[in-house]
Amino acid sequence: MIKVYTSSVIEAPADAVWAQLRDFNGLPKWTPFVAESRIEGGLAADKIGCVRNFRLKDGGVIREQLLTLSDYDYQCSYSILESPMGVENYVATLKLTPVTDGNRTFAEWWAEFDCAPERERELAQQIGQGVFQGAFDSLKSLLRR
Amino acid sequence: MIRVTRSAVIDAPIDRVWELLRDFNSHSAWHPAVGESRIENGEPADQVGCVRNFFLKDGNHIREQLLALSDRDHLSTYCILDATLPMKHYVATVQLKHVTDGDRTFWHWQSTFEVPRGREQEFQELVGKGVYEGGFEGLRAFLRRGGAASPRVPNADAAQGQAVVATAFGGPEVLRFESLPVKAPGPGEVRIRQTAVGVNYIDVYVRKGLYRMIEPPAAIGMEAAGTVFDVGPGVAHLLPGDRVAYACPPPGAYVTLRTLAADQVVPLPDHVSDEVAAALMLKGMTAEYLLHRTHRLQPGHSVLVHAAAGGVGLLLCQWAKALGAKVIGTVSSEDKARVARANGCDFPIVTGNYRFAADVKNLTSGRGADVIYDGLGREAANQNLDALAFTGHWVSYGQASGAHDAFPDLSSKSGTLSRPVLFHYTAERARLNEIAGNVFKALKEKIIQVTVLHRYPLAAAAEAHRDLEARRTTGSIVLLP
Repeated sequence: MIKVYTSSVIEAPADAVWAQLRDFNGLPKWTPFVAESRIEGGLAADKIGCVRNFRLKDGGVIREQLLTLSDYDYQCSYSILESPMGVENYVATLKLTPVTDGNRTFAEWWAEFDCAPERERELAQQIGQGVFQGAFDSLKSLLRR
Repeated sequence: MIRVTRSAVIDAPIDRVWELLRDFNSHSAWHPAVGESRIENGEPADQVGCVRNFFLKDGNHIREQLLALSDRDHLSTYCILDATLPMKHYVATVQLKHVTDGDRTFWHWQSTFEVPRGREQEFQELVGKGVYEGGFEGLRAFLRRGGAASPRVPNADAAQGQAVVATAFGGPEVLRFESLPVKAPGPGEVRIRQTAVGVNYIDVYVRKGLYRMIEPPAAIGMEAAGTVFDVGPGVAHLLPGDRVAYACPPPGAYVTLRTLAADQVVPLPDHVSDEVAAALMLKGMTAEYLLHRTHRLQPGHSVLVHAAAGGVGLLLCQWAKALGAKVIGTVSSEDKARVARANGCDFPIVTGNYRFAADVKNLTSGRGADVIYDGLGREAANQNLDALAFTGHWVSYGQASGAHDAFPDLSSKSGTLSRPVLFHYTAERARLNEIAGNVFKALKEKIIQVTVLHRYPLAAAAEAHRDLEARRTTGSIVLLP
């Protein structure tokens, strides 16, 4: 089991950041690498247990299931059901905390998963920097004041 | 039950910040409200259960006990055992988290407690602002100083300084260089040993009495840079030795040593020299708010900058160009047109009689300018309305040719008029820090620059004014104490 942790500061109030992140079907709106997304079975995107089925711009398809959604804690967890990444038991959590000094947002994103030992470094880098930090960067420019 | 939560981002690695916060007795070194502190019974400061016994600088006495300490979670929890303040059941938690993006530290500080009915608001403020926000500022200042010396108690006595004083309203000859006692900083004040003083045209207006901002005899000048000499009670964001700058009323910057409101003073980053700061604070912050706050300039906008080779004009051209605008300027000579062009002005219009509207329309296919930055005033009013695009924004921030009696009817263009004043934008310290921070960043990224710098000794301020009024200088002037 390895753990990847990425955190950043977004120059916008936590409510505004959460408005983007809480939509489990909203990845195409704020990440640079998702082409299209839908919720399977026509469920609401905030129904716990719903599955988002999305296609990356490079063609790969990923299915992820919503495990936790908390408007009170600004927190969301999900697991990967299917992906081309070669990971097992993948559970990720996104969490926002208001920064009162400057009315900004501290954003954390971490994941735990199993994979082939020789791929640990590569996957940690790809997920921590490529996916999580890449998405934070795109969120930062989207919400720039 | 009151709950107080404050959080901040500290520009230092988490290990550096935690090294300080895990030490239960370190607060007297970095917290501006904390006086003497000791751990009772000689116990180590990281022993769970130990008690810190300390005085606040306002005289209150508090005993607090460490309840939990975790190096793994960067977390410390403590409670108040006894206090001369009427707080009960106070339990607080400090937690740090690593900001991997930029290797910084997120600091979360939270407590719950009870106070007598009716005093909730007072204690929200005291704990939230005085203790937590004051602590953030104090720790930042402590780290900036390389973790050295806690704030010095201000010297109670006035110190001797020298000042350029306007002895009456009038020409440059009314300026005299005199000795002046400078009082010790009171609550919320800072005393600065100044190293460079900026000269602006507003100083001439103040000296002449056109802007009644002083009653002679009094020192003039709006901006300067230097080093903090000492700070008064309640000042958390500055420490003796910090390099700082300011641009604010009231006048009085033409001095060697000055005491003023600390709220208007910002720390200088290493890459900004004292001379550049003194030359740039007022004009740079003016350009910043005009382009980003009064009007949010967008790429592709047509912008008209009057006096495009003047101090603010050059900065507006440089910055507007970098923002992707089409920059049209007015100047009074071919020489100034060359200077403006070299600083980002795409189309300098040479005009000596405030006639430019026809040229502006030609340059914009008849549309006119989306935004006009107007420091000209009365004489150019009708031409400005003519040069404005439909739904355009006319920003009148100065009145070199005389104050407007009345503005023309804007309904002919569905125009918007703004009459901004820098000091309203910088009145709050958070906004001031943002604006000054953006100016320093733009300097670092070479989006703006100070083109020419004329230096005069402080005692020769009258000569500097003569040269400024005779237009013998281009660019910025600084006086050196």
